[in-house]
Amino acid sequence: MAEETYPEDLRYHREHDWVRVEGDEAIFGITWFAQDALGEVVFYEPPAVGSTVSADATYGELESVKAVSDIYAPADGEVIAINDAVVASPGLVNSDPYGEGWLLRVRLTNPDAVSGLMDQAAYTAYLAGLGDA
Amino acid sequence: MTAISPRTTSLYSRHLAAGAKLGDFAGWQMPLDYGSPRSEHLAVRASVGMFDVSHMGQIEVAGRDARELLTWALTNNLGAIGPGQGQYTLMLTDDGGVIDDLIVYALLDRYMLVVNASNRNACWERIQECAAGRDVEIADRSDEVAMIALQGPEWMNALGPLVGSPSPLGLEYFEITEDMVAHVPALIARTGYTGEPGVEIMCPWESAPRVWDALLRGAVPAVPAGLVARDTLRTEMGYPLYGNELSRDRGPIAAVLSWACDTTKFGFAGAETVERDLANGVAEKLVGVIFDEPGIPRAGQDVLIGDRVVGVMSSGTLSPSLECGIGMAYIASEFAIVGTEIVVDVRGRKRQAHVARRPLVARSPRTD
Repeated sequence: MAEETYPEDLRYHREHDWVRVEGDEAIFGITWFAQDALGEVVFYEPPAVGSTVSADATYGELESVKAVSDIYAPADGEVIAINDAVVASPGLVNSDPYGEGWLLRVRLTNPDAVSGLMDQAAYTAYLAGLGDA
Repeated sequence: MTAISPRTTSLYSRHLAAGAKLGDFAGWQMPLDYGSPRSEHLAVRASVGMFDVSHMGQIEVAGRDARELLTWALTNNLGAIGPGQGQYTLMLTDDGGVIDDLIVYALLDRYMLVVNASNRNACWERIQECAAGRDVEIADRSDEVAMIALQGPEWMNALGPLVGSPSPLGLEYFEITEDMVAHVPALIARTGYTGEPGVEIMCPWESAPRVWDALLRGAVPAVPAGLVARDTLRTEMGYPLYGNELSRDRGPIAAVLSWACDTTKFGFAGAETVERDLANGVAEKLVGVIFDEPGIPRAGQDVLIGDRVVGVMSSGTLSPSLECGIGMAYIASEFAIVGTEIVVDVRGRKRQAHVARRPLVARSPRTD
């Protein structure tokens, strides 16, 4: 299990998904908080390459032994790759949520829209607020 | 009983120290896992694991009419067991619904029922009801008795150095004996819910940490395992779980538990329904399910053949041993045949599967 971290170079969605922008492409994944809440991931149901994903809408599912969790797209885009390594070894989402445990590579419809998402400071403050609730 | 907040067992501090993720189960704060339910599951299959099952209930029945009472209140043939032996059995409502599935042990001077935590009160009330007019003493020992299930092919090497005599190691399946474990007086039964050989150790509530610590630090350390692993282990075996496969709405015949009913005498509460269901057949039967493609079934999902819904999943998970989706389902009896191709509707996605023989995973060769 990875240590709790929220890298500075990512943007965060309120459903605990992260996005790493690389030019007009981006990588999606789930945060440390999300994988910890879900527990040991045993199944990843990815979308098809070539399909489109929409901001705030679900694009796939992660399952632990006991629970199913929808995964939300932080931004609009077209799927250009899925992480086959996670399909084969879903536990990578737990061991390395921001690295080998990435879920999707997309071509962003509007790369500028990502700046509207939370940065590290805002997301960690958001998590602290959830803890108070 | 008015439990306001979840109760904890005497092993609570051990669970916290081991990094358990805790969750509510039948009014108890129980360890769901200790980080990796998959590893815990595989440890039980490959070596040895231990579960805190202190939330389960123990009801003792003694007195002149104890046997008569339990022969009436429980479905199996109580006459088949004598002191030192246990038996899987059911408690039914008068109209044949399942109140609980349980193990009854015959001890020297009394019987002991080990019941599900969620049904402890229901069992207690039912036994009291059946006890009316009979010469029996009944006692709910659940608050005094802790229980640790030690399960896996290495159980003898884990327990051997801790017991006061060799007799617990020589127990046959479903036998029970009294002995010392880590200098704690205990009842040791050759039972479990995993499909692996092992024992269930019952000891005084406050002494459980001593037994737990000794098993944890033994020559062959037992791996702490949580309720999630317990569930995947029992699902691989196709063992029913009360609340999933068993309820007051269905009888033993639909659950394929006629073997746990004394069908030669039918002298138990609820027998009319069991007898009728055996004679006339039942509309639905419990079957094992194995997926033929990726996906994980969950309880409540529809089972289809073509476009027709023929049943519903009662349990579902990913099998750590088979690495595919498995579960159990109640399906129309005409389709309850091993090998029948079915489809499970997993949140809108149709997954190919087939009706499979239980156990879904071959039992350990060292199992009984």
